[in-house]
Amino acid sequence: MRRLLVLLLLVGGPILYLSRRREERRERVHLYYDDGSMVTLERGAPEAEQLLAVARGAL
Amino acid sequence: MDAATALADLTEISSQVEAAVVLDDAGAVVASTLDDAGRSARLARTALDLLGAADKRFESGGRALTQLEAALREGSVFVAREGGRSIVATTTAEPTSGLVFYDLKTCLRSLAEPEPARPKRRSTKTKASPIEETDA
Repeated sequence: MRRLLVLLLLVGGPILYLSRRREERRERVHLYYDDGSMVTLERGAPEAEQLLAVARGAL
Repeated sequence: MDAATALADLTEISSQVEAAVVLDDAGAVVASTLDDAGRSARLARTALDLLGAADKRFESGGRALTQLEAALREGSVFVAREGGRSIVATTTAEPTSGLVFYDLKTCLRSLAEPEPARPKRRSTKTKASPIEETDA
């Protein structure tokens, strides 16, 4: 029983951690300009956090 | 095309768009897919806040911000502006960004198009014939 629990933790833990990180990485802001350029702000950057917080309020 | 019709077309074409609001150059709500005026105003406020914050932080080289996407786990918020008008839309999670922007721009452009001129009606006036009065 204990072995099974350890095995579950060893397999499930990293999967859970990686899926969470993947989901967090999906949160980002894309800014498009009239000259055709684009700026991407990843979650964690202070500018992105501010914009994501505003957007979260609308969803 | 009027704004309400343009938004109706947008929601019919794009299944990913959940709600959309059109704003004029002063930031006032022109039309909305939402029945609740309060929610429309909040969504409009979000668009103005997003554009304002992005403009403030990233103004450089005279280039102007035309589109913005804030992608979150629960969905995305899109803002596009053109010709003084802006449109803000919320979508389901992981939308096809290019397609949503295309639909939003198409919606804005359809608003800029002039209404097709109605053909003038021909005058159907006929001379009124005097009613003959008869003594019964």
